[in-house]
Amino acid sequence: MAGITPSQTAGPYFGILLRGRAECRQVTEATRGTRIVIEGRVLDGAGNGVSDALIETWQADSNGRYQHSEDCRPQPPDPAFNGFGWAHTRKDGGYRFETIKPGPVPAPNGGNQAPHVVVSVMARGILTRFITRIYFDDERANAEDPIMTLVPQGRRETLIARRVGDSHYVFDIVMQGRHETVFFDV
Amino acid sequence: MLPYRRVPPGVHPPEDPAYRSTVLRHPLEPLIQIPQTISEITGPSYPYEVVGPVDNDLTQQHAAAPIGERIIVEGRVLDANGRPLPRALVEIWQANACGRYAHEVDTHDTPLDPNFTGTGRTLTDEEGRYRFVTIKPGHYPWGNHYNAWRPAHIHFSVLGPGFLTRLVTQMYFPGDPLQPLDPIFNSVRDAEVRHRMVSSFDIDLTVPDWALGFRWDIVLRGREGTPELA
Repeated sequence: MAGITPSQTAGPYFGILLRGRAECRQVTEATRGTRIVIEGRVLDGAGNGVSDALIETWQADSNGRYQHSEDCRPQPPDPAFNGFGWAHTRKDGGYRFETIKPGPVPAPNGGNQAPHVVVSVMARGILTRFITRIYFDDERANAEDPIMTLVPQGRRETLIARRVGDSHYVFDIVMQGRHETVFFDV
Repeated sequence: MLPYRRVPPGVHPPEDPAYRSTVLRHPLEPLIQIPQTISEITGPSYPYEVVGPVDNDLTQQHAAAPIGERIIVEGRVLDANGRPLPRALVEIWQANACGRYAHEVDTHDTPLDPNFTGTGRTLTDEEGRYRFVTIKPGHYPWGNHYNAWRPAHIHFSVLGPGFLTRLVTQMYFPGDPLQPLDPIFNSVRDAEVRHRMVSSFDIDLTVPDWALGFRWDIVLRGREGTPELA
């Protein structure tokens, strides 16, 4: 078995890479589903914004289908939705994604998972990618979600985006300290 | 869906106070172990059609050639079972020959090169191979501690077949005297594991009268239940 290559920090300069990429535009006129905005800040252990974090998101379409060869369910995914989002945080640590509300996706042992977005956080000062999930506070299915229920009750709220307006959610990512976001070993 | 094998402990570096910026940024709570679901086994891909023909040649992206020592960096993207991973997106970003990034946050007192942006991207072929032509990045100081200098490195971003194979790392060069002094490099504690991040000079990859070749394979997580290759 070949040895896995270790992770290293993205450092402060990954912005030059993102500038050369195509624009991260998840939603077009043809995309099906409810348009939503997810925004928030990435905060360090002193409560300061992390101005050089790379946030990546991966989610299902509005029917809960993934745009991926291993999602082989009969109903095809929305061709107008790729599911991949990325953002460089602003000076104040803020980020913003314009996307659609994902549908429920299957759970490993039958049933469904509550609608969610999986998230990678990378940054200067972080040696390894950290993985978390965004759930939505207007989804009753959160209470029975098989991943959420593995998280101690007192920390579950760190995984739930708060709806603050029509289709507008706030999700802060706290790297450390009080209200530290739950990160997963997957 | 076949799950991915867990990453053995000691591969990905932990919090490291010697790298000062980690002190307020690394989580303090233990990670919560969860099963792999369809959300993690699937994963993002980049719109491949926008990867252009000179995107993997960082010396051809401007009107003239950049200053510096031209090099070739080539290797394969494999999974931990030794299988090549085709159509992986491999991206790089790096400092110029003087050790400066074309980024407004970098104020190191050394010249920018108008002919060098320092970014590239390519897709691996059917054998998992990638290839970049670039210039050797310079050393540069950083504020971590007194007289701190980074060993020469190229940042790599790899998007493999699933969310769990995402990797951001750095490739180093053989024989760099700054490596033993660098807290980021040494955040990987085990010497054998750390050495996986160091490329090798390869005379067969070297093109006569043109450029030195460095070889570096990148190994991502592999699936459970797939036999190892001989």
